[in-house]
Amino acid sequence: MSTALLDIAGLTKAYGAVIACDHVSLTIAPGEVHALIGPNGAGKTTLIAQIAGERLPDSGRIVLDGHDITRLPVHARARRGLGRSFQVASIFPRLSVLDNVALAVQAHAGHSFGFWRPARRDEALRGPARATLARVGLAARAEALAAALAHGEQRQLELAMALAGAPRLLLLDEPTAGMGPTDTARMIALLNELKGDVAILLVEHDMDAVFALADRISVMVYGRLIATGTPAAVRADPEVRRAYLGEDEVA
Amino acid sequence: MARRAILATAAVVGLILPLAATASGQEYLIGVATRILILALAGLSLNLILGYGGMVSFGHAAFFGVGAYAVAILAYHDTMGEPVLTWPIELAGTQSAFVAWPAAMLISALFALVVGAISLRTGGLYFIMITLAFAQMLFFFFVGLETYGGDDGLSLWARSSAGPLDLGDPATFYYLTLGLVALVLGFKARLVAARFGLALQGIRDNEQRMRALGFATLRYKLAAFVLAGAVAGLAGALMANHSEFVSPALLSWQRSGEMLVIVILGGMGTVYGPVAGAIVFFTLEELLSQWTTHWMIVLGPLLVLVVLYAKRGLWGLVEDASRARPLPGKEERRGEPAS
Ligand SMILES: Nc1ncnc2c1ncn2[C@@H]1O[C@H](COP(=O)(O)OP(=O)(O)OP(=O)(O)O)[C@@H](O)[C@H]1O
Ligand SMILES: [Mg+2]
Repeated sequence: MSTALLDIAGLTKAYGAVIACDHVSLTIAPGEVHALIGPNGAGKTTLIAQIAGERLPDSGRIVLDGHDITRLPVHARARRGLGRSFQVASIFPRLSVLDNVALAVQAHAGHSFGFWRPARRDEALRGPARATLARVGLAARAEALAAALAHGEQRQLELAMALAGAPRLLLLDEPTAGMGPTDTARMIALLNELKGDVAILLVEHDMDAVFALADRISVMVYGRLIATGTPAAVRADPEVRRAYLGEDEVA
Repeated sequence: MARRAILATAAVVGLILPLAATASGQEYLIGVATRILILALAGLSLNLILGYGGMVSFGHAAFFGVGAYAVAILAYHDTMGEPVLTWPIELAGTQSAFVAWPAAMLISALFALVVGAISLRTGGLYFIMITLAFAQMLFFFFVGLETYGGDDGLSLWARSSAGPLDLGDPATFYYLTLGLVALVLGFKARLVAARFGLALQGIRDNEQRMRALGFATLRYKLAAFVLAGAVAGLAGALMANHSEFVSPALLSWQRSGEMLVIVILGGMGTVYGPVAGAIVFFTLEELLSQWTTHWMIVLGPLLVLVVLYAKRGLWGLVEDASRARPLPGKEERRGEPAS
């Protein structure tokens, strides 16, 4: 499919005897929210790590916007428009919240061999960083130390860092993990606002969120995709019902 | 506040020290202070990679020693009237500070480039061990280098010549060293608040995140490593001049450890920390060693306390005490090249 933003074919990755990713093929259209669900250990994080470049696949191919990125290093993929959040919030704890996001802006503003001009007074970095913080609702915390943020706020910060690079595809690995109901609701509202602007591959355990947000859903079990389709189709899929969705969630 | 008061006092003491020492008939203090400043310079360079870049190098003395040997070897050949190299180009020795010191920085930087390119792909304990191993290799290389004194080291006939400046004069050499420390401090204060410095701190905090944002992190780590190597080479060049003697002991692992102690004691990731660390460390050494040869019995526990209770060292305590709002984003002061 040539119109796909992301086109994955036959991606395979084994850890010893465990096949964490078994001939996975998947496409994501520009602006699509594609949810990836599956039980613990299904291989969701492994798939994201391969798309982001942290793990190299044993075989298979990853094409982003027509370019084969299968062997590109992590940073080169990020510069081509991949933004990501981690399953465990990954931030710069000893820098301020604004610094965290400004670094994300800096990553896409040419090289960083600036040795003299104060980066913290550089409006070309600070301006977009502040705007992104406002977008995720963290503007009031801009000057706080990132380590001092509450858990939910750290997830918001991570999203801001991923967004600051103006990515074309966001890889979000359980953005609501460990959040209380209030924070979860806020995060889902936030993702809803992003819908259409940027394509998202969303790994999420919260089924309400998944069915509310996703354009399409893929179900992964033991490293294999057992179904891909619209929320309604996936909900009705007998194999999915058997393998993954409990009866209560399907009701 | 505390921070400004200490900086102002240090600047004043730094400037009048030779005069006061001469007036009170304690000229030897000028030499003591010069040595502290030189090791502070080495500490400043280590802090760039350790405190801001999170790279725990246990071989920093290697670059220090290479810089010192560069100056000594160039001077030796100049005195002997023999070229340093005859092939591929003929290269004469020199005693000129304007040639030998930049050469020392360049050679140290090249060594850092090689060591860094190999070791920076690793992290944690591996990195510590590889940098230590490289330093030990160089240590034994100089031990085996009989032409230049081997184990016994090599004496300089005189300090480098520097145009109108007579570096043989203790006060002149002291002020030159002080000026260089101030220059490096000022440059480093700008550097760590510039794009490069923030990228480096991002790598220290979370390298995986930096890569995911789009930074080619190895490039920045290597650049910082080379820069730190060059400044350590300058400190070595000064040390060769100060003692008018070089020996493999300059590259020993104890010397690398001492540099780590200075930085950790003074404050990793603070601009002035290494200078404070060098002053406190060597002043304590000077005072305590008059009482007992086991002065480490006092310094050891002090270091443990700092590591446990003051993660940003003594200077971190000063900064915390004089900060109204404890926010890192407000740390962006311009470099005040006072010492
Ligand atoms: N570095 C590794 N070494 C060995 N095995 C691994 C490694 N990483 C993951 N695995 C294994 O690969 C499988 C897939 O793991 P992965 O983390 O991708 O699952 P997941 O779907 O993200 O699970 P969760 O919902 O718990 O986050 C698991 O069996 C896991 O134990
Ligand atoms: Mg996972």
